[in-house]
Amino acid sequence: MKVDDATVRNIARLARIKVSDEEAISLKGELNGILQWVEQLNEVDTDGVEPMTCVTEMPVKMRKDEVTDGGYASDIVKNAPEKAGTFFVVPKVVE
Amino acid sequence: MSELTDISLAEARNGLRRKEFSAKEITQAHIDAIETGNEALNAYILPTPKLALKTAEIADKKISDNEARPLEGIPLGIKDLFCTKDVRTTASSHILNGFTPTYESTITRNLWDAGAVMLGKLNCDEFAMGSSNETSHFGNVISPWRREGSNAPLVPGGSSGGSAAAVSARLCLGATATDTGGSIRQPAALTGTVGIKPTYGRCSRWGVVAFASSLDQAGPLTRTVHDAAIMLKVMSGYDPKDSTSVDLPVPDFEAALSGGMKGLKVGIPKEYRMDGMPEEIETLWQQGIEWLRSEGAEIIDVSLPHTKYALPAYYIVAPAEASSNLARYDGVRYGLRVPGGDIIEQYENTRSAGFGPEVKRRVLIGTYVLSAGYYDAYYLKAQKVRTLIKRDFEQAFEKVDVLLTPATPGPAFALGEKSGDPIEMYLNDIFTVPANMSGLPGISIPAGLSNEGTPLGLQLISRAFDEEMLFRVGKVIEDAAGILSRPEDWWSIT
Amino acid sequence: MTNNSSTSNLIHSSTGDWEMVIGLEVPAQVTSRAKLFSGAATEFGAEPNSQVSLVDAAMPGMLPVINEECVAQAVRTGLGLNAKINLRSVFDRKNYFYPDLPQGYQISQFTQPIVGEGDVVLDMEDGESVTVGIERLHLEQDAGKSLHDQDPKNSYVDLNRSGVALMEIVSKPDIRSAAQAQAYVTKLRSILRYLGTCNGDMEEGSLRADVNVSVRRPGASLGTRCEIKNMNSIRFIGQAIEYEAHRQIDILEEGGEIIQQTRLFDTKIGETRSMRSKEEAHDYRYFPDPDLLPVEFSQEFVDGLAAKLPELPDQKKIRFMTDWNLAPYDAELLVAEKERADYFEEIVGLGADPKASANLILNQHLGRVNKEGIAFEAAPVSAAANAAILKMTRDGMISGKIAKELYDLVWETGKDPEQLVEERGLKQVTDTGAIEKVVDEVISANPKQVEQVKAKPQTLGWFVGQVMQKTGGKANPQAVNTLLREKLDIADE
Repeated sequence: MKVDDATVRNIARLARIKVSDEEAISLKGELNGILQWVEQLNEVDTDGVEPMTCVTEMPVKMRKDEVTDGGYASDIVKNAPEKAGTFFVVPKVVE
Repeated sequence: MSELTDISLAEARNGLRRKEFSAKEITQAHIDAIETGNEALNAYILPTPKLALKTAEIADKKISDNEARPLEGIPLGIKDLFCTKDVRTTASSHILNGFTPTYESTITRNLWDAGAVMLGKLNCDEFAMGSSNETSHFGNVISPWRREGSNAPLVPGGSSGGSAAAVSARLCLGATATDTGGSIRQPAALTGTVGIKPTYGRCSRWGVVAFASSLDQAGPLTRTVHDAAIMLKVMSGYDPKDSTSVDLPVPDFEAALSGGMKGLKVGIPKEYRMDGMPEEIETLWQQGIEWLRSEGAEIIDVSLPHTKYALPAYYIVAPAEASSNLARYDGVRYGLRVPGGDIIEQYENTRSAGFGPEVKRRVLIGTYVLSAGYYDAYYLKAQKVRTLIKRDFEQAFEKVDVLLTPATPGPAFALGEKSGDPIEMYLNDIFTVPANMSGLPGISIPAGLSNEGTPLGLQLISRAFDEEMLFRVGKVIEDAAGILSRPEDWWSIT
Repeated sequence: MTNNSSTSNLIHSSTGDWEMVIGLEVPAQVTSRAKLFSGAATEFGAEPNSQVSLVDAAMPGMLPVINEECVAQAVRTGLGLNAKINLRSVFDRKNYFYPDLPQGYQISQFTQPIVGEGDVVLDMEDGESVTVGIERLHLEQDAGKSLHDQDPKNSYVDLNRSGVALMEIVSKPDIRSAAQAQAYVTKLRSILRYLGTCNGDMEEGSLRADVNVSVRRPGASLGTRCEIKNMNSIRFIGQAIEYEAHRQIDILEEGGEIIQQTRLFDTKIGETRSMRSKEEAHDYRYFPDPDLLPVEFSQEFVDGLAAKLPELPDQKKIRFMTDWNLAPYDAELLVAEKERADYFEEIVGLGADPKASANLILNQHLGRVNKEGIAFEAAPVSAAANAAILKMTRDGMISGKIAKELYDLVWETGKDPEQLVEERGLKQVTDTGAIEKVVDEVISANPKQVEQVKAKPQTLGWFVGQVMQKTGGKANPQAVNTLLREKLDIADE
């Protein structure tokens, strides 16, 4: 078993997903199953093979340095669960 | 089922132009079909009849003014992954609870600019993660198909299960869908419809809720190859707002339909003959080979040696990208918020309540494979394997014009039949995933029925940006297969 | 020539010498109209969330498209830092959760930055020349802003800054003193401002510094470092480094160990303190951003930008030293700000003596500008006025003392200096007869002091002062001196 309870907790914490003790147990089994299954990639010799970084090889297109967007703060906060004026509101963040 | 819902998109286009019926009439016919049929199928999670009729009125005006655009008055369903301005968009996830975009995705914008009418938002697997439409927050979609002599509900496939069911059950003339590992082609195969995943970069991803950015590609799901050609033409095109969209002219896909098979070389990849593949799939595949051969194609055996590794590599790359793409759902700017003692607890509560089990599973797998110490062993390894998979295809396409494979390893399964074991579910995409991993276009064409009387599909894969080849050969298979049986309407409330 | 670790930088202690090892990471806001990956404006001070696009707010389905000018600005900066320009670079995602980070990741460059190794040369006050290596420069997105003082229970989030382009400039750990660190930031800021790639405004946060400090015995391997985050003043950088180095030395000398951590500098008490953070160790899970293609450009593109670069501070400094015979440190100070260098060249161009011009600018002019707390460009004494003052002084028309007063008069009245000299009768009195009369008066009125000066010739200055006072400073001091010595019978020095 690669993934133990502590690893499940740690990655759940990194992913900011609360998992119950029950969930953690079943997740541990599932994650190990999936990881074991993908281990078969180790059969593939990838020495000297470049990892794929872009699916289609083409020159990158860039935008001009022009202000073409913004100016709609009310749209930006329209779907916010909590807002004050055009600010988003979150529980106090302690620095 | 009225006549107006039973015609193809191409026929509807002609009928509207000839003023045999109005856009309002054909739209109303579909609205009625949704009203009577959707409760049983759960294909639409948000019908938009008022908006549809309003748009249809404009379409009728355009038609009477002889200003009809390419899809004028054509009623379509839209997968809920596409952001639609002022119309709730959730990706079938609770975490996007009530989210109403202030913007329109490029693809749907293209459709509306071409005169199409939106009937509503279609159900799908949550964030398009699934192969049976069983992970939706809005509940399962039920396939209009049933096994012979059985009433057991079948899955429509996924993730575009709502699109496939709606098209198959005549609840729209065509639908948008997205395909990250087979989410257009697999449900198309399982519902006897046509689904094409174009080349990565052909359609803009702007405004489509992201699952795995390097794999996601939108496409149409329709009842005929011709309809798919018509829809894809409108959906495609360079979008400066998507850096991965390709600046190439969009060919006239309809013109490619009549190309025939003469002079074409069709590759049969031996690695797609998997251990334990049902005999009916093998039979279907042989049938397809014979059809193409008899139409004049040269059949060539090819090898794609890394095929077997596409699926495990996919289940590293896709969750990794998803774990990052889904980080924005944090309860701060939109969607669900479940309060907690502090901001971190709020994040954790929100994401725990907002994501379903399959999404959580993939986000955690993705987080794990990217985390310190594992990146090289998993993510980097998978991206290298991906290079090899792409190279396999490139080598094959030096010898052949198109590849013919089965679309799925089997017919539609029953609800709940495979949801217990994630890997068993993942294996559904074994034939479709390689095209996503290499960015190549693929199409699924209904080609026959299983022993249970449910649909089966064949898949064609072509070179990058050669969707014309898929339509050309797809049309040949469609014609050879002839008119297939269709699901008997059990879902409409009469 | 390069002498980063000269013994003069060592900290002497009863247990022996210590050496500081300092490296800086400087996030500098790229000067551009629009953001790095969106078309929203970058200006400061707008209404909350008004300079935010759907992309900056990370709405579902939004995608980044890179701003070509930000790429060009990074390349220009790389050229200004004598650095390797990478014709292919890759954007990665740095994943972490924070309310002002809407995507849940920052788009940055991790393994393949746009600019590689370079260097910056510092000329220190003591004549030392120090070369600081540049490790890399990469482009990344700025985050939004959380406001904590608006509400007792909540923080307010404004995304106007979200997505603004930053260049993160990372130095090698080549710096050995607080003064070198200050000189490095000053020099870097100057280069960026010359290039026009960052406005260098530290108060607004356009240029900040994260300072890594460790200490070691000279010649020993590197010690454990602490990072002092978010420094926004060159003065505080110096204070923070001094404090932090001594804090570490105290710990080590007491047999303790340094814990690697992030610290903040409290400007009120002049101390660094550990950031209170219950956050676990970061695991940023970097991977190439699949929404973006690698940034690729040709050598011709780089050459084109290189051809259009302005004269940079080092080039200007060498020219000032060769053409005007200025001392390196004076030249360094003059070129530190482009406006200052231009001002100097204008004065010299009007015929003033270069050395005198440099002195005037670096002492009187800068002194007054700093005292008034105004921008250099806002000073009311023009280059032409200063050239005129210098010319009148050189020609003996006014005394040095009057010159200083005249400068202040020009500052306060805004009038032409020549006109002021006329109006106020400030011309130097060189007429010996007139001066002699005053000298006689002073001698006869102060018999006691006359006694004294004969015993102690160094008190002659008192007589000079008296004469100058009576003449309103207009007497030529040379003439006063000569006459007094004659009359009091004191030998020349």
